[in-house]
Amino acid sequence: MSSTEKLTEHYTGPDSKGHFGPYGGIFVGETLITAVEELAAVYNKLSRDPAFWQEYEYELKHYVGRPSPLYFAERLTQACGGARIYLKREDLNHTGAHKVNNTIGQALLAKYMGKTRIIAETGAGQHGVASATVAARLGLECYVYMGAEDIKRQAPNVYRMKLLGAHVVAVESGSRTLKDAMNEALRDWATNVDNTYYIIGTVAGPHPYPQLVRDFQCVIGREVKAQALEEFGKLPDALVACVGGGSNAIGLFHPFIDDREVAMYGVEAGGHGLETGEHAAPLSAGKPGVLHGNRTYLMTDEGGQIQDTHSVSAGLDYPGVGPEHAWLKDLGRVHYVAATDEETLQAFHQLTRMEGIIPALESSHAVAYATRLASTMKPEQNLVVNLSGRGDKDIETVARIEGISL
Amino acid sequence: MSRLQELANKARGDGRKLLIPYLVAGDPNLASSAQLMDELVAQGADIIELGIPFSDPASDGPVIQLGVERALAKKVTLANTLQLVRQFRARNQETAIVLMGYLNPIEIMGYEVFADAAQDAGVDGVLVVDMPPTESAGLHEALRKRDIDTIYLVAPTTGEARARDIIQHCSGYLYYVSLKGVTGAALTDHDSVAASISRLRAYTDLPIVIGFGIKDGPSAAAMAALSDGVIIGSALVNEIGKLADTEQQDAASLSQCCAVIGSARKAIDNLK
Repeated sequence: MSSTEKLTEHYTGPDSKGHFGPYGGIFVGETLITAVEELAAVYNKLSRDPAFWQEYEYELKHYVGRPSPLYFAERLTQACGGARIYLKREDLNHTGAHKVNNTIGQALLAKYMGKTRIIAETGAGQHGVASATVAARLGLECYVYMGAEDIKRQAPNVYRMKLLGAHVVAVESGSRTLKDAMNEALRDWATNVDNTYYIIGTVAGPHPYPQLVRDFQCVIGREVKAQALEEFGKLPDALVACVGGGSNAIGLFHPFIDDREVAMYGVEAGGHGLETGEHAAPLSAGKPGVLHGNRTYLMTDEGGQIQDTHSVSAGLDYPGVGPEHAWLKDLGRVHYVAATDEETLQAFHQLTRMEGIIPALESSHAVAYATRLASTMKPEQNLVVNLSGRGDKDIETVARIEGISL
Repeated sequence: MSRLQELANKARGDGRKLLIPYLVAGDPNLASSAQLMDELVAQGADIIELGIPFSDPASDGPVIQLGVERALAKKVTLANTLQLVRQFRARNQETAIVLMGYLNPIEIMGYEVFADAAQDAGVDGVLVVDMPPTESAGLHEALRKRDIDTIYLVAPTTGEARARDIIQHCSGYLYYVSLKGVTGAALTDHDSVAASISRLRAYTDLPIVIGFGIKDGPSAAAMAALSDGVIIGSALVNEIGKLADTEQQDAASLSQCCAVIGSARKAIDNLK
C-alpha cells in the first residue's frame, strides 16, 4: 500500500489514544499519566462547548488583534518572477508571533481546571513571553524554564518575561537548550502536578498536547482560507511554513489537508547544511524514535541518544517535531524541505528591504523556501507564506553574525 | 519461572525484604560499574537496577542526571550496558539484574534485537520509565517470549482502575513511587504510602517494592516495613559521584561508596 492510498478522503486524527498513524501517543512517567489523561478529558469536553470557543475567539479578537492580515508582497513577487506571494501576518499578533494563539487557549484550560500556577518551556523566548503574557492577563503564577545557553542568546526576551512577572529558571543540565528546558518543565510538573498546568508551546509532547495546540493554531489556516477566497477567489496553490516543533505550520496546513489541490511545504532548519549533520531537521534527515512524550522523527544517534542540533534560529533549534508532521510526511501530504542558515539570512534581508517587514529568523526559513518555490510557479498562481513572527528579537543575532556591534 | 520471580518467592518465604540498589551503567566508567555491582552484592543487594544512560532523563532529579552525564561523557551505550550485564552474569548467577531507562535507545536498537541481546546477556527484568502499559505492546511481547519480566511503576497519582490495569501487565515486582516528583526528592508522607500499598495489596500477589526518597537505613526500614523491599538510587549515585574516575577502584573506596546499601541491609534485616 502506498502512503497516498493510506490518506483517506477525509483526514482525521489523532485516534482516542493520541496516535497519528504510528506516531504520537503518551510516553511519560507514571506520575504524569493521570495529569495528561485529566487534561485530555477536560479538553474533550470543553472543545465541544461553543461557549468555550466564544470566549477563546473574544480573546483572539480583542486581546491578540485577530484576524491577522493576508498581505500581498508585491515587490517580493516581482523579484521572484513567478507565483504571487502572500504573507500571513502572524507577526502582527500581540507579543509578535503565532505563539499567543496557543497560550490564550491553554490558559483558558488552566482556568477551567482550577490551576493556579502555570509552567512553560521556551527556546527563543517567544513562547515564554506569550505564556508570561497570558499569566499576567489571568493573574496566574508563571515559571518559565529556559536553557542557560538560550538565556545568554535571548536577553531581551528574558527581561520581557521578568517584566511580565514570570520567574525565569535557567536550566543547566544536558545541552542547556530547549530540549533540556522541556525535560526540566516535565520534572516540575511531576513534582507540582496538583496545582500546576504545563503550557507546552508546540504540537509535540504527550497526547492531548499535539491535538489541542493544533486546534488553537488552526485559526491561522481558517483565516487564510477565507481571506484567499476574498482576495483571489480560490484556494492558494501552495502553502509554506517553517517547522521546528511545527505549531505555526500545522495551524496553517491543517484546515487545507482535505483540499488536495493545495500543495504544502514545511521548511526545517538546515543549519550549516543537511550533509554537515549540523542542523535541526529531523523530518529531512532524522528517524523515528521517542522523546518528550511522543513517538516522532528525531535527531538521534545510532545508540539512541538525542543529538545536539544547530540552527541560526533558537526557536527551531529542537531535535524533535510534532507527531502529526511525522504522519503527514509518511502520508506524502506535506513536503518537508530545509533551508540553510545562509539562505535564511538572505531571505531575512530580502523581505526587510523589499517589503519593510523584518521577519523572525524562524519565519525567514519559510520565506527562503517560498521565494525559491515561487520562481518555479506560474504568475497566475498564489503562494501563502506563514510569517509566524516578527524579527525584532533577532536583530542582535543578525548583527553579531555579520560582525556588527550594536 | 524467571530468576526474578524465583528470587522474590524465596525472599518472601524466608521473610527477607528485597534490597535493590540503582546505579547508572558506566558511571564513572564501565570498569568501575562492574566493581560496584560486585560490592553491592557483597553489601546485601538482592537485585540490581542498572540504569541505561540517556541524554534526556526527564523523570530523574539532579543527582541521577549527573550520574547519567558522567556515563555519557564516556560514551556509554545500551550495547555497553548489556555487555556489563553479560560480564556480571559470568561471575554471578544469583543476583537479578533489571535494566531501567528510557525508551528511545531501545526503540532505536529495535525491540527484537534488544530482547535477544538482553536474554543473551542474562537480564532478568526491564523497566522503561516513559513507556506506560498502553504503549508497551511490542516490547512487552518481545520480552515475555524470552522470559524477561516487564516492570511498571505505580505512582501516588495513579487511580485504582489504572493500578489494576498496570498490575495486569506487570511481572517480577511492582515498583511503587513513594512521592510526586522526580528521583532524589525528599520522602515526606509515610501514612499515604502505607495506605496506597495496602490498597495495592488487595489487587495483587506481586512483590511490591518502594522507591524514590529512600536514602539511609532508617528510611529504608520505614519503607521496607510497609512492603516487600526498597530501591535506593540517588543516595548511592551521589556517593558514586565522589569516586575517582579510575579503572580500578580500591576496596576501601568501594566499600565506603556502597555503605548506604550495607546499612540499609542491616536496618531492614532488623525488622524481622
